Amino acid sequence: MRIPILPFENVLVASIQVDLTDQDTLQFQHDVLQKVDETEAEGLVIDITALDVVDSFMARVINETAQMARVLGAEVVLCGMQPSVALTLTEMGRQLVGVETALNLDQGVANVQRLVTEREGGHEQHAA
Amino acid sequence: MCSGSSPKERAAMNNTQLELRVESDVVAARQTGREMARELGFGVADQTRLATAISELTRNVIVHAGEGVCRIYDRSDAQAARVQVVAEDKGAGIPDIEQAMAQGFSTGGGLGAGLPGAKRLVQEFDIESEPGHTKVTIAITKPRVRVA
Repeated sequence: MRIPILPFENVLVASIQVDLTDQDTLQFQHDVLQKVDETEAEGLVIDITALDVVDSFMARVINETAQMARVLGAEVVLCGMQPSVALTLTEMGRQLVGVETALNLDQGVANVQRLVTEREGGHEQHAA
Repeated sequence: MCSGSSPKERAAMNNTQLELRVESDVVAARQTGREMARELGFGVADQTRLATAISELTRNVIVHAGEGVCRIYDRSDAQAARVQVVAEDKGAGIPDIEQAMAQGFSTGGGLGAGLPGAKRLVQEFDIESEPGHTKVTIAITKPRVRVA
């Protein structure tokens, strides 16, 4: 099971549309990081609208993927989390989601662009 | 609200046993549990809580014991809708249950949020473990709405 990862302007958009096994989840992590590296994307938006279960394993992999993408130089936003998934993750433990989030894909792309701009602004200030 | 068949009739049809051998069995188990919760009138939040808890328990079976079994029962009666799930394996067992239930403790490379997290999602949680046999039982319950 491969998740399509599409370039959109200067960022990548990946939309998870099926219930993933642990192996699928790790494959996705590998693919998405490879794609960030190849395309030198400045941002990554992961859409999880279709996921009706995000358990502790999936949450950990999403967090780690975001950290790794940031280390590579891409900002990350997670979008489209279902309310019941947000509820469940919060009930399970507070530290399960440590990624910037957005309600939907539009806001996800807008937020990731803002993060990219902020980062560039920060760099300029630093240089000056 | 009125359902077509009695809880007892539905129970006989709905009880499911799933073998846990490969990762996709975890997906099948959580989807089956969600489906039963939905059929019994649980809302989306409860369906998601149950599916997530099943995911944690059945993954533990595969990661720690290699294989096992997951049974999903309709235990509804006149007072309440109730789904009970048993995840059982013949693995090495959990040496220290108290430690395993502590948030942040992990031997499987996870966050250590699996078992304690699952417990927070359900109304009933029971764990028994000895070398060669581990059994975790959970249940969600929803009182039936009484029509005055």
